[in-house]
Amino acid sequence: MAEEVVLLDFWPSPFGMRVRVALTEKGIKYEYKEEDLRNKSALLLHMNPIHKKIPVLIHNGKPVSESLIQIQYIDETWNDKSPLLPSDPYRKAIARFWADFVDKKIYDLGRKIWTTKGEEQEAAKKEFVECLKLLEVELGDKPYFGGENLGYVDVVLVPFYSWFYTYEKCGNVGIEAECPKLIAWAKRCLQKESVSKSLPDQEKVYGFVLQMKKFLGIE
Amino acid sequence: MAEEVKLFGMWASSYNLRIELALKLKGMPYEYIEEDLSNKSNVLLQLNSVHEKIPVLVHNGKPIMESLVILEYIDETWKNNPLLPQDPYERATARFWAKFIDEKIQPTARNVNLAEGKEQEEAVEECCQQLKRLENELKGKSFFGSDTVGYLDIAALVIAFWFEVVREVVGLELVTEERFPILCKWIGKLQNIDAVNECAAVNECRPPKEEHFNNIRTRFEAAKADSK
Repeated sequence: MAEEVVLLDFWPSPFGMRVRVALTEKGIKYEYKEEDLRNKSALLLHMNPIHKKIPVLIHNGKPVSESLIQIQYIDETWNDKSPLLPSDPYRKAIARFWADFVDKKIYDLGRKIWTTKGEEQEAAKKEFVECLKLLEVELGDKPYFGGENLGYVDVVLVPFYSWFYTYEKCGNVGIEAECPKLIAWAKRCLQKESVSKSLPDQEKVYGFVLQMKKFLGIE
Repeated sequence: MAEEVKLFGMWASSYNLRIELALKLKGMPYEYIEEDLSNKSNVLLQLNSVHEKIPVLVHNGKPIMESLVILEYIDETWKNNPLLPQDPYERATARFWAKFIDEKIQPTARNVNLAEGKEQEEAVEECCQQLKRLENELKGKSFFGSDTVGYLDIAALVIAFWFEVVREVVGLELVTEERFPILCKWIGKLQNIDAVNECAAVNECRPPKEEHFNNIRTRFEAAKADSK
């Protein structure tokens, strides 16, 4: 049976980017559908009635929601090439732990950096850098979190790189100075087609955020 | 090599119970170390330096953290009595609902317990809507895992045992037979699981009620005092 894969997405979403990277790494052909989040499509509302959020992966008509769950689904379904998760249960658990860490920390702290000011922003900046440093320790001397190749944690984290310019401009936080190893890792990832094709340009993301700030009435 | 399995936990934690039940279902003997959360041991702080939380499973000296991550590790390491389904789509569904319990139901339930007046009413309304959605997953099945207790049943234990305790402390009943007949049937099945050999673990794992009530009462009072 011909595979039908559709991705409901929104171009600046780091969660959507993760799924784009995973699908491309696996060489899976898919139809990309851009959603207007202020006017969500009937398809999105039908396919993700619980959260009404993107990304939604639709495989042969069946929807999968939540980006970490989607990446694992992709890895388990198309298991013949480019494994994203390690086969060893312990290494898998470590990868899942760090993916969970990225989800619990990076997005919310990053959001605080561009939406708040003063003490709240300073606290978010500090914690954000601390989290990135912890990730640097986890990376160690490996070229990727997945070892010699892109793995689960790489796919989960690298989309935020497209937002670093935004965090730096909005929050005046020198990410490259604080975390040079992580920046080197991100640039290494961008040399892979699956990543470079899936991540938008950093300046484009910044332009989008400036519009959002105006819309939300944030200085 | 002999397996060495240790679990650092706290008796009143529903996250801890997930791990205890999973290990018992797999027939894995383990050493249980009780942590005093107001005075965490150096061992725990070293094992889980990132979050400093329980539960932490230590298998042959290697630590694993975050209860849902630990559950998957247990399932992948000891292949008897599988907890997650084989089919990738069914696995994705089970994971989705476990995440829903942790990220939606639990925080809303917490609001139900700590809020007052109109805020509490709204939280009750929201929690009931969320529980209804979860209940739909049980339709036509004995357990979320179909015929036997699985990953999602284990993740949902908090609803089966903790909500009942909270009712005693807060005086508010969320999971009534009237509202959630299917969920109540599932809870009844879990409670009767003594009768079925492979699942005897659940009753062994439950924290003693009186102590549980007191523990929750104290925590709520502290949380209310903090939020004022």
